[in-house]
Amino acid sequence: MAVPALARPGADDPSGADEVGSDLHGASPRSWKRAFADIRQAVAQRELWGHLGWQDIKQRYRRSTIGPLWITISMAVTAAALGGLYSQLFGQPIGTFMPYVTVGFMIWYFISACVLEGTETFIANEGLIRFLPAPLMIYVFRTVWRQVLFFAHNVVVYVIVLAIFFGQLDEPYRMINRMADGTQGVLHPGLSWTALLAIPAFVVIVANGLWVTLLFGIIATRFRDIPPVVSSFMQLFFTMTPIIWTPDLLRGGEPGSARAIVEQLAKLNPFYHFIEIFRAPLVGQVQSWTHWAVVGVITVVGWALALIALRNYRSRVAYWV
Amino acid sequence: MVSIDVQGASVDFPIFDAKNRSLKKSVLGRAGGRITDAKVPVVEALRDIDLHLQQGDRVGLVGHNGAGKSTLLRLLAGIYEPTRGRARIRGRVAPVFDLAVGMDPEISGLENILIRGLFLGMSRKEMERRVDEIAEFTELGDYLRMPLRTYSTGMRVRLALGVVTSIDPEILILDEGIGAVDAAFLEKARDRLRDLVDRSGMLVFASHSDEFLVELCDTAIWMDTGEIKEQGPLREVVSHYKGRDLFETLSPETLKRIGRERAPVVDDEPARS
Repeated sequence: MAVPALARPGADDPSGADEVGSDLHGASPRSWKRAFADIRQAVAQRELWGHLGWQDIKQRYRRSTIGPLWITISMAVTAAALGGLYSQLFGQPIGTFMPYVTVGFMIWYFISACVLEGTETFIANEGLIRFLPAPLMIYVFRTVWRQVLFFAHNVVVYVIVLAIFFGQLDEPYRMINRMADGTQGVLHPGLSWTALLAIPAFVVIVANGLWVTLLFGIIATRFRDIPPVVSSFMQLFFTMTPIIWTPDLLRGGEPGSARAIVEQLAKLNPFYHFIEIFRAPLVGQVQSWTHWAVVGVITVVGWALALIALRNYRSRVAYWV
Repeated sequence: MVSIDVQGASVDFPIFDAKNRSLKKSVLGRAGGRITDAKVPVVEALRDIDLHLQQGDRVGLVGHNGAGKSTLLRLLAGIYEPTRGRARIRGRVAPVFDLAVGMDPEISGLENILIRGLFLGMSRKEMERRVDEIAEFTELGDYLRMPLRTYSTGMRVRLALGVVTSIDPEILILDEGIGAVDAAFLEKARDRLRDLVDRSGMLVFASHSDEFLVELCDTAIWMDTGEIKEQGPLREVVSHYKGRDLFETLSPETLKRIGRERAPVVDDEPARS
């Protein structure tokens, strides 16, 4: 057997070493041991959730001729339309604004899908949870993996946009020329090898997608009001997060002015920092390390909460779905 | 070593959407009612189950609808962890419950076979090796390439049985649904199940079919309102449950196959007919 894990951890562990006198069997349903065994077994069964994630995508486009290519096309249309429109509304050069919007949308789609579909993850898998013994984390991995695959389709759009506008991006540029106080706008350094920072940034964002899915998934399974609440909040966050507007627009307010206050408030939005660590390197913008610091703290705290939820409510999810 | 050890296990379901606590009730109900219930009503699906099963046990599960058979099966499969008490399950579990659930109607039979197998702990390679065998056993042929929603119930049963019987589970857990297949396939499935039970560790099987029980099981558990009412040799328990001798209604062929005669018992207990 390549994969010994079959049933819910602790309830069943046929691998010889653990079999006799293992604490796992005696452990109460609420123990760290069982929580971590759940994660371990789900990782071991990656063929399963890997397949299920692919299946979800194929499923959505079954019987359509070009299939998942629609993901890429709809992303391209969004980027072109909104990038074109808002660059004119804000009077910003399209060559730098279009890539900015594209990358912002790419990562926002990923994040918001993790939050929205994360809350539904156990509810949507109700049938499987109630009829097949499997680690709970399987469904978390399935949901996030599906988003990663969607994201991969959208990367194509970034590559195309980059190819078109590379000339404007690889040299220093300004998103806006004059700030509110009349001084020059922020000068961005342009694309360089720092673009590779987007890779660790994406890894960190995926790690956050996992805890969000796990934690919100468990809470939403118990309290069914959560999914609609979350989805209306995500609408709000979309407008408050700099995706189709740039934070450069907020800069340069006098201390105490409304503009300065709004600029500070915008930084309270956690999504801002997540977007920024990924987008800034890919469009060659200046990046403050405070974004990484905020994201780091959120990652650690979020995982801690999610693990506590997994420990305490893992065995309850089958009762709640 | 395959074993199942259940001690004092209870399974309580909280029912969140039962509106037993409306404002009207809590205001008006004060006069006569005693609302002892907690905020969330609880259905006690299983109460104080003590059970010890080991290698070679072939247990039939009988009882009325709603007696807790399926819940017990899910407890034994490790899907529900007991709310109170303990359940230890050692061995590779393969459950077959409600056949419509756990299968995706939109994807083909072949893909469903693969996913089922992966869920039961097989690797993709192992499943690919078994697919031909399963296809042959299920006799579904080209139909396996069709989406599952085009299948009849019986065809789904074939598929589900094909998968679990091909992967050599140590603990096989079957819910009653498998009666939906035609007689010829039943014959085949029965042989295969018997074979499997002989090879593998343990079978727990909920069924209303006397034939199936007699063929596959040697002991029985009678579930009633969430508790084990009686546990013991198959014939005894099922006869008590049904209020008549179990062997009475069986065809002579079946009796012959399992090497038993009906006559002596009927003579012993003429009143039961």
